[in-house]
Amino acid sequence: MSAICEVPGGNIAVAETPMLRWVLAYADDALILGHRLSEWCSRAPSMEEDMALANLGLDLLGQARFLYSHAATLENAAQPALERSEDDYAYRRDAPQFRNALLVEQPNGDFAATMVRHMLYASFADLYWRASLAVSDPAIAAFAARSEKEIAYHERHAADWVIRLGDGTAESRRRAQSALDGLLAFADELFETEADQLPLMAAGAIIDPARLRDAYRHRIEQICARATLSLAWPRWHQSGGRQGRHGEHLGHLLAELQFLPRAYPGASW
Amino acid sequence: MVNETTAQETAWAIASALPDPEIPALTIAELGILRSVELMEGVITVSITPTYSGCPATEMIKGDIETALRDAGFSAVAVRLIHSPAWTTDTLSAATLEKLRAEGIAPPHRGQAPHCPLCGSSAVEQIAAFGSTPCKSLWRCITCREPFDHFKCH
Repeated sequence: MSAICEVPGGNIAVAETPMLRWVLAYADDALILGHRLSEWCSRAPSMEEDMALANLGLDLLGQARFLYSHAATLENAAQPALERSEDDYAYRRDAPQFRNALLVEQPNGDFAATMVRHMLYASFADLYWRASLAVSDPAIAAFAARSEKEIAYHERHAADWVIRLGDGTAESRRRAQSALDGLLAFADELFETEADQLPLMAAGAIIDPARLRDAYRHRIEQICARATLSLAWPRWHQSGGRQGRHGEHLGHLLAELQFLPRAYPGASW
Repeated sequence: MVNETTAQETAWAIASALPDPEIPALTIAELGILRSVELMEGVITVSITPTYSGCPATEMIKGDIETALRDAGFSAVAVRLIHSPAWTTDTLSAATLEKLRAEGIAPPHRGQAPHCPLCGSSAVEQIAAFGSTPCKSLWRCITCREPFDHFKCH
């Protein structure tokens, strides 16, 4: 075994297996998007929307916590001396160790951009967790059952807003269209298949997201049609997040998210 | 094994009587959050399931159970979170639904819009899909003009 050197309180060195990479990818999606939504707290366009965004963020944080705990269980089973906890994954990895898709780290922008980003994520996550009800691990299947119910609300909420903004005033329509044009190139990364996860997919342990792409596009096209937004799927897509190649935004997000445990390692309430 | 059974039953009686922090009219047992109480190798092990993944009350419920059981003299207590089967509003009993309504919270009925818990009117409209807690949405009665919480189907 290669020597893993961890400084107390510093970065952890995750011994990534294909399964662990899968868990971290979906946990990171939820954590990073949940953090983005928390940035709206006290700044949303209305009181109701402030609470809605905070609640959506809480759901995602809860989903991330389950998956990080699951990652800790997997790593501790292989190496009990690590004594990993869910917090280690959230607070003690740098940007290149994060596996989230680039979509979720995109800045909030205006309210239209936040809602378009959320529609693009939630439409995917709803399909993905619903398909994951059939995976072989009962713990993951139960997690998928809970997440799918929560994400169905997310998708409805985001779609309602995209429709209202797109089919709204000239200004709201301009902003919604601009957000869609800017974010659409990030959607396809959600459907990338990682080659080393193919055996897990063949064994029914996890679901290959690629098989959901057509259903996803159909959903997004229906929402955009009702929103009277023009939609042109780009011929290329942004990629790299699942391999740890992130844009400049993630580092700034982590600087805020991780500040306290980085400055005061081991601090607890 | 009589003592073990008694200890388990006593611990269940204590844990099941604890109110939910956000809906104090209901106990955590009535809400289906409390799943089991077992004596495992000398440790009273309480299994709870969160309602929503991100429900902030889960940590508080965990603390409430630990405190209540320690106060009752149980020195070794563990509370664990279980996720399977997922929590659902489908398991709430008719009596629990009625308690919710009496508390002014329109209870969940799958596939049906809520009725006003105050005047019973079916002329209602949703104000916001996310209300005072993650499990509730905010509605308004068109007949009596009162706003009310609706416990969402989950």
